[in-house]
Amino acid sequence: MSGYLDMDLLRFTTAGSVDDGKSTLIGRLMYDTKSIFEDQLQAIEKSSEKRGDENLNLALLTDGLKAEREQGITIDVAYRYFATPKRKFIIADTPGHIQYTRNMVTGASTANLAIILIDARNGMIEQTCRHSFIASLLGIKHIVVCVNKMDLVDFSELAFEKIKASYIAFSETLGVPDIHFIPISALKGDNVVDASKHMSWYTGKTLLQTLENVQIISDFNTLDARFPVQRVIRPQSDAYPDFRGFAGRVEGGVFRPGDEVTVLPSGISTKIKQIFLEKTELREAFSPMSVCITLENNIDISRGDMLVKSDNQPKVDQEVDLMLCWLNDKPMLSKGKYLLKHTSNEAKCVVKEVAYKVDINTLNKIEGDFEVNKNDIVKVTLKSAKPLFFDAYKKNRTTGCLILIDEFSNETVAAGMIL
Amino acid sequence: MHALSHLEQLESEAIFIFREAVEQFENPVILFSGGKDSITLVHLAHKAFFPAKIPFPLLHIDTGHNFPETLEFRDNLVKKYNVRLDVGYVQDSIDRGTAREEKGINPSRNTLQSITLLEKLEEGKYDAAFGGGRRDEEKARAKERFFSHRDEFGQWDPKNQRPELWNLFNGKKAQGESFRVFPISNWTEMDVWQYIKKENIDLPSIYFSHERSIVNRGGVLLAESPYNILLAGEHYEKQIIRYRTLGCMTITGAIFSEADTLDKVIEEVAAARETERGNRADDKRSEAAMEDRKKQGYF
Repeated sequence: MSGYLDMDLLRFTTAGSVDDGKSTLIGRLMYDTKSIFEDQLQAIEKSSEKRGDENLNLALLTDGLKAEREQGITIDVAYRYFATPKRKFIIADTPGHIQYTRNMVTGASTANLAIILIDARNGMIEQTCRHSFIASLLGIKHIVVCVNKMDLVDFSELAFEKIKASYIAFSETLGVPDIHFIPISALKGDNVVDASKHMSWYTGKTLLQTLENVQIISDFNTLDARFPVQRVIRPQSDAYPDFRGFAGRVEGGVFRPGDEVTVLPSGISTKIKQIFLEKTELREAFSPMSVCITLENNIDISRGDMLVKSDNQPKVDQEVDLMLCWLNDKPMLSKGKYLLKHTSNEAKCVVKEVAYKVDINTLNKIEGDFEVNKNDIVKVTLKSAKPLFFDAYKKNRTTGCLILIDEFSNETVAAGMIL
Repeated sequence: MHALSHLEQLESEAIFIFREAVEQFENPVILFSGGKDSITLVHLAHKAFFPAKIPFPLLHIDTGHNFPETLEFRDNLVKKYNVRLDVGYVQDSIDRGTAREEKGINPSRNTLQSITLLEKLEEGKYDAAFGGGRRDEEKARAKERFFSHRDEFGQWDPKNQRPELWNLFNGKKAQGESFRVFPISNWTEMDVWQYIKKENIDLPSIYFSHERSIVNRGGVLLAESPYNILLAGEHYEKQIIRYRTLGCMTITGAIFSEADTLDKVIEEVAAARETERGNRADDKRSEAAMEDRKKQGYF
């Protein structure tokens, strides 16, 4: 309990194909960390019995919606929570079906780490490549490969090492800096929370120990100070007649009072006067703090503008190259016009060019195919109606991402990562 | 070292959502139930816009079966933050004939709340309603978005939700449609309690151990009230209890508890082996009860 106030937060996503036991793994993590309550347990005991399951079906814990319970598959991203004395964990539980790439992209977009599940009997399959590619595309820096169902291959070290070797060979092209391998049995609990009694040859950390100890602090961008303005705060009250503050969240770097900042798009420079979190005056603000900043000079600033350090500015351009994942049932329109959302900014845009499509199973480029359908990943050039201030997604996951909205249906139709 | 604790990150996320929603919607409102989650919401809204005051009103759907302590607390809170309070009365919907009281003994007005809520949102032309819903509460909520789209009938379509990526929230909508916005989606019950302690947030007294006259009905401890009619063989007895959630007096079960301080409550929550909704009689009606109510427009 005493450590609760200084626990940190790890967001991770789980990917696996239909029968890899992903839901069972999450159920196991929650069950063994005592994050499942008695009434939840009773509810799944009852359901397991009704379905005629032999064992307590831990997968039922994470299968939320009626349709999923009926069909026995996960059809949307579900968020799960558990905590140990070291960390709070947010799991984005994403489905592994091919038609649900968009859900994986969604789950991975906010994750620090991805768990990739491989069935020990089958080894690497197309979906393993696809899931890993999406994790790397979405800028995830830590992958934990769980070779599951080790109980079904007699806990064989050889089976594990073979899969590990083939994954390492494959992953060289991904550019993910930190990859871990763990042999587990989610069903029996081996190496999930407690060390396995059947695999003495494995001396590494269990999955939970790995999740607790992965260092994510260096993943936050501390170099490039970015502050997209969400809202102008003007109380115009008796107590604060002249207060004019800019509310937003620091999306990179560190800001301190006295720093020289430039306002984009106007290019006007001034200095930071004060930084507030409610009444508290802060000596510095860094990502991902939501604060309110006041400036030395009275400059006209509105939502969509960005404060940056004058000596470190983002790119400013109306044309951006990006990798785009198409999320909508309706295919992308050729030279289509969409509304884009980027930080607190919004602008009309047109898809100027589709350069190539990525075959997400082989990672090969497909040229000359310009039809962009749901779950496709393509490289495109967008032209925006006004200048955007951005960084490459690799450098900054917040100032480097955008979504496209269909102005007629209002649906979010694509997710883009700026190159 | 530039690192935020998990509570600081959750707070920052909630503040970000509040600011984003206020910019994207014309006329938002906070759904205020009087429970700890909605009290936490009001606190976060205050922090998001300070030194300006909270730029939207509170909306309370009054079932008429409230704990008196809840109403008193609500009125004080409204004064403290100098915000406008809008109240929708379930009784008005019943009188109007748009809602019908459940049959049988001890009817719950919980399902009727959805009707009054939708009427009130339409009447007030509110196009976004902030709720204190958390994804850890119940499995139907685990897939809820921060910005949750509702059709013109206020219904949720779980199979057709907009993907929500990074921190880019799409609040675009057609005429008549609306959104529910859940700033504390990613919080757990424990996070809320720890935050209440960290920020020193006031709560209604019934969250803490006190003596109350209750009846034990099938394991659910119901408070004595004019709305609760005893069944044959039942009787009230004085017990030391407290509440983990606040709702209608007719369905909100108490728990036996000696926890009379925040620290003791937190200790109890940490050791608890039942989820907080576990003592809500309304969720127990069927396994998919919550999902069904959500589709119809329940918070």
